[in-house]
Amino acid sequence: MAEAVVSDVHKKIRAVFEAFDNESNNTVDVREIGTIIYSLGCFPTQADLHDLIAEVEKDHTGYIYLDNFLPVMTKVLLEHKFPPIPEDLLLQAFEVLDKEKKGYLEPEELTKYMTQEGELFSQEEMDEMLTALADRDNNVLYYKDLISQLTIDPDM
Amino acid sequence: MGCGVTKSNQFHKNSGKAIKSAVLIQRWYRQYVARREMRRRYTWHIFQSIEYSGEQAQIKLYNFLGYLMDNFTPASNERNLISHIFRENEVCRDAEWERYFCYKNIEVPEIYSGPHLTFPLTVEQAVGLVEAFRNKKQLHSRYVLQLLLETWKQLRMLPNINRISTCHSKEITICGDLHGQLEDLLLIFYKNDMPSLEKPYLFNGDFVDRGKDSIEILLILFSFLLVYPSEVYLNRGNHEDHIVNLRYGFTKEVLSKYKMHGKRILRLLQKIFSWLPLATVIDQKVLVLHGGISNTTDLSILARVDRHKYVSALRPPKKRHQSIVGLSIDVDVDEDTVSHNKVFQRRTSLTFPKVLSRDCFQNRSLRDFSDRIKVNTVDNVELCQRRQSILNPVIHGPENEAAQSASCESINSEDEWKQILDLLWSDPMNQDGCVPNEVRGGGCYWGPDVTEDFLNRHNLQLIIRSHECKQEGYEFCHNRKVLTLFSASNYYDVGSNRGAYVKLGPDLVPYLVQYQASSMIRELTVRQSFGRTERLALKVLREQLFAHKSDLICAFKKFDSSNTGYVCLSDWASAVESVLHLGLPWRIMRYQLVTGRTSDGSIDYHEWFNELAIKGPNAAHIDQSLLETLYRHRSTLETIFRIVDTDNSGFITIEDFRQTWKLLSVYLKMEITDDAISDLAITIDSNQDGSIDIEEFMEAFRLTDKKSRLERGRSMFMGTATDLTNLDVDPNI
Repeated sequence: MAEAVVSDVHKKIRAVFEAFDNESNNTVDVREIGTIIYSLGCFPTQADLHDLIAEVEKDHTGYIYLDNFLPVMTKVLLEHKFPPIPEDLLLQAFEVLDKEKKGYLEPEELTKYMTQEGELFSQEEMDEMLTALADRDNNVLYYKDLISQLTIDPDM
Repeated sequence: MGCGVTKSNQFHKNSGKAIKSAVLIQRWYRQYVARREMRRRYTWHIFQSIEYSGEQAQIKLYNFLGYLMDNFTPASNERNLISHIFRENEVCRDAEWERYFCYKNIEVPEIYSGPHLTFPLTVEQAVGLVEAFRNKKQLHSRYVLQLLLETWKQLRMLPNINRISTCHSKEITICGDLHGQLEDLLLIFYKNDMPSLEKPYLFNGDFVDRGKDSIEILLILFSFLLVYPSEVYLNRGNHEDHIVNLRYGFTKEVLSKYKMHGKRILRLLQKIFSWLPLATVIDQKVLVLHGGISNTTDLSILARVDRHKYVSALRPPKKRHQSIVGLSIDVDVDEDTVSHNKVFQRRTSLTFPKVLSRDCFQNRSLRDFSDRIKVNTVDNVELCQRRQSILNPVIHGPENEAAQSASCESINSEDEWKQILDLLWSDPMNQDGCVPNEVRGGGCYWGPDVTEDFLNRHNLQLIIRSHECKQEGYEFCHNRKVLTLFSASNYYDVGSNRGAYVKLGPDLVPYLVQYQASSMIRELTVRQSFGRTERLALKVLREQLFAHKSDLICAFKKFDSSNTGYVCLSDWASAVESVLHLGLPWRIMRYQLVTGRTSDGSIDYHEWFNELAIKGPNAAHIDQSLLETLYRHRSTLETIFRIVDTDNSGFITIEDFRQTWKLLSVYLKMEITDDAISDLAITIDSNQDGSIDIEEFMEAFRLTDKKSRLERGRSMFMGTATDLTNLDVDPNI
């Protein structure tokens, strides 16, 4: 039974890995590893990501080989190492930032936190986030709606 | 930052909590972005693989029709239906053609509000034409024909390979595929000014098809070509080809915009396309061509070919035959001359209709087709000689020799043909080597080693090509020695990609400019526009899945031996890939493709097909598998309809409809009974007047399913160009 589970996990990992394997030679650019891990349904922090990359990157070619990635990632998935953030926790997080309890965040408010606290966003990331998530008409972020609209897809 | 001390004190009080919250939100958002990137990739992959397999299907269809031409007797109905698309250009008799294309008796009515052209064309008129098209005017057919005739004369003077130089510090602007997207051309002119003595331009093919303003783009490009013959250059693309135009919308566009004279306009355009130069070399160092190269590409051969012989790059060259009077005639001449030529009729009746096996044409690329031609050449030479000896016992030596040299000639012309095909259809690949381009069905995939070798041999430093859509509008490969340039933004759908053009000065360092036509984009946020593109891709994909229902059910059953009707996710993904061969991450896409969910995650595959329901013409009493076949091959079917509809009325008779079906059933090697076809015909001819409206018929096959409301999405797979501004934005964003 366990074997079937592991085989399943392997297939999942391969499927995502292949999507980024541009030359079809079982390697991906190390800069895509974050995207790959997220796409597998995991929510690592930046620190977690750095550790994982260190584990799988054997040399400094800038490429990650499937052979190195597969066992490490399998372990991550089997142990549910980086579980998704529950919606209610996320809501609380937004509410902490929304001190005036308006139900939305102004772009400046969010920018301040995202670019100055925690695992900092670059200006580019910030601009992209605002463009993507801000309400078209009044340019604020209705976080409650966003959370429900952008929830993670169920487990593959 | 906040103002005043109080606020910042407050901030520090809650800072621990705030930091934790910030981290959570950052993590959540980055995860969302990554998933979106994943989806963007497979969305792209969907469009691209379906686009290329459409091209492949077109080539297969063309092979099939060519095969039929060779094997049906001239009097047969099937041959008559399709023979007119195989008519060759005659090299001589230009004067006759000029009479046929004469515009002088076409009157322009008083109420016409579009531009009036006088020749020779002036800059003001060319600019005026751009303005008129920007304001949605249409140029009158009289002026269209006149403009095209002048263009034809101009193009005939040009060499196969343009050679230009960036002397006098002139920067040349190079544009890639435009595909009928007028908005992009207008945007380029806005950003970069229109062509002029100081502003030379080179347009690298694929001006037409898919977009809805192909003819307007051509008219603009041609008018600037006439006004600035030394500053405006055009390369031929694989879509400058009337056979491809049948499927991809240009033919349809012209016929609907020019109901009276469309056919003549199209015929003249056939000639013009064949006279477009094949490539351009800048400062003897930079080669610009539409598709690419192969390991056999040779510019000196390309410089020498009679390019106008290749009206369609899909058509292998014809061999010349001796008639009994010893004159060389082309095998393919107008129908009128055929009937006078008894020798002709007798020749074709000697050819036994070969058994039509699907392998003969279905699974082969054009390359294989050319092998068959080679064999035929030898056969036909013998046939020629045999026929001559029957009809005319006194055969002299020279005629035999001539027959032999005919076969030599056709082997050389086959090389030529391959050169042109490779130039227009090839794509670069990352691996070394050169392999046939099976995905598109024509040309090849060439690797970095081939580029290196080619550049060295010809003393060049860069290849600029187009032919492939790129998300950023351009992409370098092969060590930056090959640049792909694509100028049709939002090609697959709104927000799918940028367009780009390149400026090249005397230093020959490419300077790239990107843009994105934004009339729709302004109305949507990034998230919304991406969502649309993805939804459209998924809709298209669902159509493909439905169209392969029988094969898929077979595949599922293999995993479901006990016939429970359920398969697990893993098996579902394997089965789907084994049928569709699209290389997509099916597991990740599962929830976008299958709405039903069971408790253990397995999939009820029968129920799934009910989800993908399709509305057909009173589908109930029509055989389901017939419906499915029809649906799967609707693009091919539409193409055949358009070929059959010789007067381009949009209607075909019931009888022709039946013949079309017969053609299709032969092509697919399917049993379709006469009864089944009659039933279908009667159902579709709803007003019982003996004719079928093509549009109505194709309209009947739209996929309706619970998820997607985008019914009139950009339907490039139907060859229909739809005005995007009429689309409803999905409220469920």
